[in-house]
Amino acid sequence: MSNSPLTPGVVPGRLPAETIARNFGDHEAPLDAHEARVAADRCYFCHDAPCMTACPTGIDIPLFIRQIATGTPEAAAKTILGQNILGGMCARVCPTETLCEEVCVREVAEGKPVEIGRLQRFATDTLMAKGVHPFTRGAATGRKVAVVGAGPAGLAAAHRLAMKGHDVVIFDARPKAGGLNEYGIAQYKSTNDFAQAEVEWLLKIGGITIKTGVALGAGVTLAELQASHDAVFLGMGLAGVNALRAPGEDMAGVRPAVDFIAELRQAKDKSVLPIGRDVVVIGGGMTAVDAAVQSRLLGAQNVTIVYRRGQEKMSASGYEQEHATSAGVRIVTNASPVAVHQAGSALEVEFAYTVDGPDGMKPTGETFRLRADQVFKAIGQTLSGAPEGLALAGGKIAVTGAGRTSVPGVWAGGDCAAGGEDLTVTAVAEGRDAAEDIHAALMARQ
Amino acid sequence: MADLTSNFIGIKSPNPFWLASAPPTDKEYNVRRAFDAGWGGVVWKTLGSEGPPIVNVSGPRYGAIWGADRRLLGLNNIELITDRPLQVNLDEIRRVKKDYPDRALVISLMVPCDEESWKDILMRIEDTGADGVELNFGCPHGMAERGMGSAVGQVPEYIEMVTAWVKHYSKMPCIVKLTPNVTSILPPAMAAKRGGADAVSLINTIKSVTNVDLDTFSPFPMIDGKGSHGGYCGPAVKPIALNMVGEIARHPETRGMPISGIGGVTTWRDAAEFMAMGSGNVQVCTAAMTYGFKIVQEMISGLSQYLDEKNMRLDQLVGRAVPNFVEWQDLNLNYVTKAHIDQDACISCGRCYAACEDTSHQAIAMSPDRVFTVKDEECVACNLCVNVCPVENCITMVEMPKGATDPRTGRVVSDYANWTTHPNNPMARAAE
Repeated sequence: MSNSPLTPGVVPGRLPAETIARNFGDHEAPLDAHEARVAADRCYFCHDAPCMTACPTGIDIPLFIRQIATGTPEAAAKTILGQNILGGMCARVCPTETLCEEVCVREVAEGKPVEIGRLQRFATDTLMAKGVHPFTRGAATGRKVAVVGAGPAGLAAAHRLAMKGHDVVIFDARPKAGGLNEYGIAQYKSTNDFAQAEVEWLLKIGGITIKTGVALGAGVTLAELQASHDAVFLGMGLAGVNALRAPGEDMAGVRPAVDFIAELRQAKDKSVLPIGRDVVVIGGGMTAVDAAVQSRLLGAQNVTIVYRRGQEKMSASGYEQEHATSAGVRIVTNASPVAVHQAGSALEVEFAYTVDGPDGMKPTGETFRLRADQVFKAIGQTLSGAPEGLALAGGKIAVTGAGRTSVPGVWAGGDCAAGGEDLTVTAVAEGRDAAEDIHAALMARQ
Repeated sequence: MADLTSNFIGIKSPNPFWLASAPPTDKEYNVRRAFDAGWGGVVWKTLGSEGPPIVNVSGPRYGAIWGADRRLLGLNNIELITDRPLQVNLDEIRRVKKDYPDRALVISLMVPCDEESWKDILMRIEDTGADGVELNFGCPHGMAERGMGSAVGQVPEYIEMVTAWVKHYSKMPCIVKLTPNVTSILPPAMAAKRGGADAVSLINTIKSVTNVDLDTFSPFPMIDGKGSHGGYCGPAVKPIALNMVGEIARHPETRGMPISGIGGVTTWRDAAEFMAMGSGNVQVCTAAMTYGFKIVQEMISGLSQYLDEKNMRLDQLVGRAVPNFVEWQDLNLNYVTKAHIDQDACISCGRCYAACEDTSHQAIAMSPDRVFTVKDEECVACNLCVNVCPVENCITMVEMPKGATDPRTGRVVSDYANWTTHPNNPMARAAE
């Protein structure tokens, strides 16, 4: 194969296969035992620690770090997983720079936080490598709970429910469980098929059955689930993709970034994946960064993220933005897509410069065009196929308290539920808390 | 650059940094390297009587305590005195002294507690050209079981007797090395003085077990599953050593007796502290064993810079802190300080709060937005918050001026007064 970053069109193998394989290895190398103890020693064991407050799952971070420092990473892992059963994945994908590590007193003091995310990975990896599942099922209750969606929210809910002794069936539309952990995050954050390994490890609790290829409205209905189960938890995420609402959007070469990311995650050999010489990613969040960076890692020559508002409004963190630019991605802000044009064998995306003032965003009147072999849309996902009868809020399932929907006996959490940030760790917290609420409701009903 | 030339009981050296009698000074090769690196003096590893040499274990001789990143904080050893033939050592000493005439070379000795043994060994070393002898009454492991080392150092009468023999049979300056494995360091020091010692050196190592292997249940250092106590040294023992040096330096009976300070000296700063506490010079071992001989360069440059900055001569540093080293009963009970937290420096970790609230006087307040402030009406100025704060100088103790009212006690801060005259003291004497 003699393709290079300069080869016109959309072609595979722009870089040597071994380079591509290396590019998709661990973005951040795991800590070894000594590095972990040194990193752990930097923790001040703060009183009422800010990091703990900042963690959506409320992990006792100073405690688990002290457990690492004293040579018991397994105990540390149990501290983590007791609050967050997907602590292994969260250690890899959490935007710690805007959560625990942002408020670490050492970040405030020195601009160099305790490496909480990497330490969490060290602890959880150590335990999982031993094949230990540190939780056991409670006595069987005879109650059955249906969980829709095998992503972070559904898995967290299912695990907590199983621990309480309930029987859980998870339904998922995709062929594999894991949700966005399996299909939605950048490859270099989840190497060695970690998402599947984590699901397998989680299922060791017992009492959980997963049925794949089944979605609400495609194989099963909410009414059927309600009839056959004592409670239902909805955690199916956001399957729809926002449209650009620009002419030319439906041209070949324009596709959702999430589809590109999913395809990339599922490919065993990344060097056979075709990628454009010129790639344009439209959006300002983590999905945009993941799509853009991975395009570069596949060998695209020019990759540009275009975001319609100012840089400060981008939902990708400063750390993520820096990661993108250091991977050679150009970030253009204050430019809104106007149209997609055919330009020979490639495309051109036309953008209008914008100003974001107190009266909202307005075009300046100036436009420009970017050449693109591929255009990835990363401007947000939407809930699709919400069951009839559920009240919605802002296009998502409305919830009160710990994920209670407007329909009794039906709970929801994760990205498909209104409120909360759309983060893995938030989904885990919502799934876990809904499970506790479901358990309380079921046990009160006897 | 300050003049670091040292004259300790007539033994001259280009600087006051000597290597202590220990593994680093076991043989010619090491000692030459030490002198080449810049050490002012060396106390040659302890020699024993003529005869079949001592046998050492062939398993681990050391155990250790570490801080983060494996910074060595304490070392424990079960190595005995030299295990090489006496004559080999003597020949090497003679050669080294000849090649390094400007350096101090003192020979450490340990022989059985009888007059003949001491007379004999002193005659053997007389013509090596060495500058003096150090009597090893300190090693607490191995040799002590055979009635030597600390077994002698724990009996003041033996110290006095042996020292007197040494002074009788030799004209060499005599340093008596003391063991800290005693309830008070003063009787051994006084005994050395009575015996005619020119100086004492301290501390030797402290009886210790560094750790227990929780799989094999062997104390460390471990030899074939068993462990015996060793001698502890390194940064961890410095506070113990400083106190003992100071006790000798200030006591009316031992005041003025030259002291060679030993015990965890790791940096120029440690050395300066030992000298301020009354040591005429210092001896170093663990720091060299941890980092190699080159550390002496930092000690030389650091002490020089300090003396230059203070516009002080080396001899003016020696003993400078001794008048301030007093008994508890002499402390000023009318000296009142309060902790003060510098809010600009505070990083809001809350360690001061946890320490004070859980274990002390509930004298620190925490606001919902993590601002920590001292409650003067509760603060007894214990200093724990200062000690646990990770930011240097963030919390300081601020002295209350005379005439101010301490909000904790309601009493006005007044002139110096100590326990000896305090009304609560049943033994109080009337103020003179």
